[in-house]
Amino acid sequence: MTKGQAISLQKNDGGSLTAVRMGLGWQAAPRRGLFGSRTREIDLDASAVLFADKQPVDVVFFRHLVSDDGSVRHTGDNLVGGVGQGGDDEAILVDLSRVPVHIDQIVFTVNSFTGQTFQEVQNAFCRLVDETNGQELARYTLAGGGAYTAQLMAKVHRTGGGWTMTALGNPANGRTFQDLMPAILPVL
Amino acid sequence: MTAELVRGQNHPLSQSRLEIRVSAGTPVVAVAALGDENGRIHGVEWVAHPGAPTQPGLEVSRQAAADHRLAVDLDAMTDAVHRVGVLLALPAAGGGPGPARFGAVAAPFVAVTGLDGDEVASYTITGLEAESAVVALELYRRQGAWKVRAVGQGYTGGLAELLTDQGLPEAVPLAGSINEAVARGLARSVQAPPSRPSDGDRSRQTAAPALGPDQGGTAPQGAPGPVPPAYGGQPSGGPGQSGPQPSYGGGGAAEPSATTGGPINYSHPGRRNSAPPPPPPTAPPAQPGQPAQPVAGDATGWSMEERLYNQVWGMFEDLARSTAAYRSAVDFAESRMDKELEQALSDPRSRIGGQGDAVREAARARHAHLVDQAREVLDRDIAQLVAEADVVEPALPPAFARWDNPAWHAYRVPMEIPMALRLGDLRLPEADRIRIPMLLRLPLERGLWIDSGRADSIDGSFTDSHDMRRLAMDTAVAHAARLLAVYPAGEFTVHVIDPAGSGTQPLAPLTGTGVLAAPPAQGAAGVTDVLSRLTQRVDLVQMALRGGAPDALPPGFDTSQQLLIVNDFPHGFDDRAVNQLRYLADEGPSVGVHLMMVADREESSAYGPLLDPLWRSLLRLTPVPNSHLADPWVGHAWTYEPPLVPAGSQVLHQVLTQVAAARRAWNR
Repeated sequence: MTKGQAISLQKNDGGSLTAVRMGLGWQAAPRRGLFGSRTREIDLDASAVLFADKQPVDVVFFRHLVSDDGSVRHTGDNLVGGVGQGGDDEAILVDLSRVPVHIDQIVFTVNSFTGQTFQEVQNAFCRLVDETNGQELARYTLAGGGAYTAQLMAKVHRTGGGWTMTALGNPANGRTFQDLMPAILPVL
Repeated sequence: MTAELVRGQNHPLSQSRLEIRVSAGTPVVAVAALGDENGRIHGVEWVAHPGAPTQPGLEVSRQAAADHRLAVDLDAMTDAVHRVGVLLALPAAGGGPGPARFGAVAAPFVAVTGLDGDEVASYTITGLEAESAVVALELYRRQGAWKVRAVGQGYTGGLAELLTDQGLPEAVPLAGSINEAVARGLARSVQAPPSRPSDGDRSRQTAAPALGPDQGGTAPQGAPGPVPPAYGGQPSGGPGQSGPQPSYGGGGAAEPSATTGGPINYSHPGRRNSAPPPPPPTAPPAQPGQPAQPVAGDATGWSMEERLYNQVWGMFEDLARSTAAYRSAVDFAESRMDKELEQALSDPRSRIGGQGDAVREAARARHAHLVDQAREVLDRDIAQLVAEADVVEPALPPAFARWDNPAWHAYRVPMEIPMALRLGDLRLPEADRIRIPMLLRLPLERGLWIDSGRADSIDGSFTDSHDMRRLAMDTAVAHAARLLAVYPAGEFTVHVIDPAGSGTQPLAPLTGTGVLAAPPAQGAAGVTDVLSRLTQRVDLVQMALRGGAPDALPPGFDTSQQLLIVNDFPHGFDDRAVNQLRYLADEGPSVGVHLMMVADREESSAYGPLLDPLWRSLLRLTPVPNSHLADPWVGHAWTYEPPLVPAGSQVLHQVLTQVAAARRAWNR
């Protein structure tokens, strides 16, 4: 999946998805030179911001792991990454059938809490999985990250009766989702 | 707010003096070990264990116990210390009695609390199998600040292997001396007073009708107050939809042997939990497009009681969240309409002709449409929860059931303490059709306050202060009767202070049946007497526990839980008595002495802010419906309804008569 590409979350058989998982995985890039085997810990955080008509209504991040309505759940903060060696280090589960009726967009973001830029991150990816059968719907690689500390990954928004996901990939800077709000608003 | 950690997760610590609570359901050894920045333990003097319970900044218990409180003072650590590991081990691994692997016992629960008792973080150590020792938590220094991490690393080779792994040179001899100290402690200690469930007793307990006998093992203890334990598997999709149930199916032949009820139990007492519990009732397959039929006990747990408890908490959370979604949508619809109306008003074009009206009309229509949609979703959720409540409510055991539940008519004095107690019902204005049972974990962790002050009742009806006091006392009696009834005979004792005798009439069910330890104390002398005795008792038990010698208590010492009902506070109380009461409120709960105040806070206003901590430490309940309780997830104000006995019902009298008879038989 590339930047700006949109995919509909309708299943091939016509039914729509009910639960999706946004997974985030990364590894710290090893440094070269003396003590080159030592890797520095990098703490990336995944967040999801729920919008109703461009107004932020709720946010799910490491300090608020479940949205008030219970439809979006964060599996918990991972501070170092790389545990799964290719698996998800942090994940946000969205039960699309239970998202409140006024929420029309959910934006997923990644922030570097420890301040390293994505240049120092290896094998970072973000993927969308159909939680009901584990099938990967889309994968977005953060490879060759630039000198920025945050990225808007994707947004899931209502279209007609169902949901559509659009890959964003916009770079931004900030420690938590709050710092990203100015960057998020233009993409809604 | 408590952070419920999962394995590997960490959490910052803002305080340096901490208490670490461990509840394991079976006696375990708790050890605290210091490590340097590489996690290495330098020597035996870096380990606090039952043989050497205090080290600088550390204190652990002298013996194996199901519940521990470890004291940690991070400021007292030398600069060389970078890690404090909390280690748990089963005594059996060192030759003691009991299960030899963590897989055979309930998942241990550890919590880090501040000195004020507020939980900072908690962690349930799941997934252990053949391990007999485990690193539960690690407090570690990171850039000058301390953090806690849930570790959960188990070792099959016991403490010796664990300590070796942490780089301690004298690991094996130290593990040996720990085991020796534990064995000495076990030989010395008496059986802990209220023993928790065992299978044999379970089958004789009044099991919920038509649900199959209730069996299973030790319920995990110590999950604090209103935090629902182990909700991991609950899908947000609401109850009824069969979520990730533990798949205990499989060995169908093995299960029924233990479930046939009757007094004989062939299962090995030391291997309670090794046999899988009976499979939870599964929902029949749903019709396509229809939500699944709800069934009682459709939640995780080792026993039907625990499953029902978890199911009720699941319903509580689902209702809280569904309502949050609805309220959020309505708020949004209103703010959008306001904005649109304002825009229409400020737009000069709308002043001409009917254009403005059309815009306003459209804004209102958009509002109504969204609210209707939200209401539709909420109604769908409520219908599902109502259907679930309809099957769950009749299945509840007496401790969880309303007084009008037939379970109370079939009441028999239980053999063991239930997991929780129903304190009343909770409801939200949006969902008037559904009442969530308010279940409080037992044993009580804080006292109760039945507020006899003039509350603003929900329906606006005026209750004068005399009626209010009477109602408050009736409510207190109903709560006390329920507590007496759900504890086994002789394991719960109720004292009453009624200085002016104004509670004589409401107290009649208790005094008439003879379930009280002594007649209600009257006058200033009575107040002083009861308070002095209870204060002495708290002091004595605390000394014995602190000294690690519970067998030093005098022979014939009554080890039951104590409840003191205080009516008309502060009438009849002098300053000394007030101080004693505050001492009981602070120190009593940890040694099983609890308060139930029936009072109007206004009447003790002469004491100024001195009593504020006392009121805050009590759980406030009201004798009339009142919305003052918040849920732990979203913080809605829930309307609390007290559990009153239906008018004209004899159930209270019948139940208390049985309790009194059982107490007499037990005392003999």
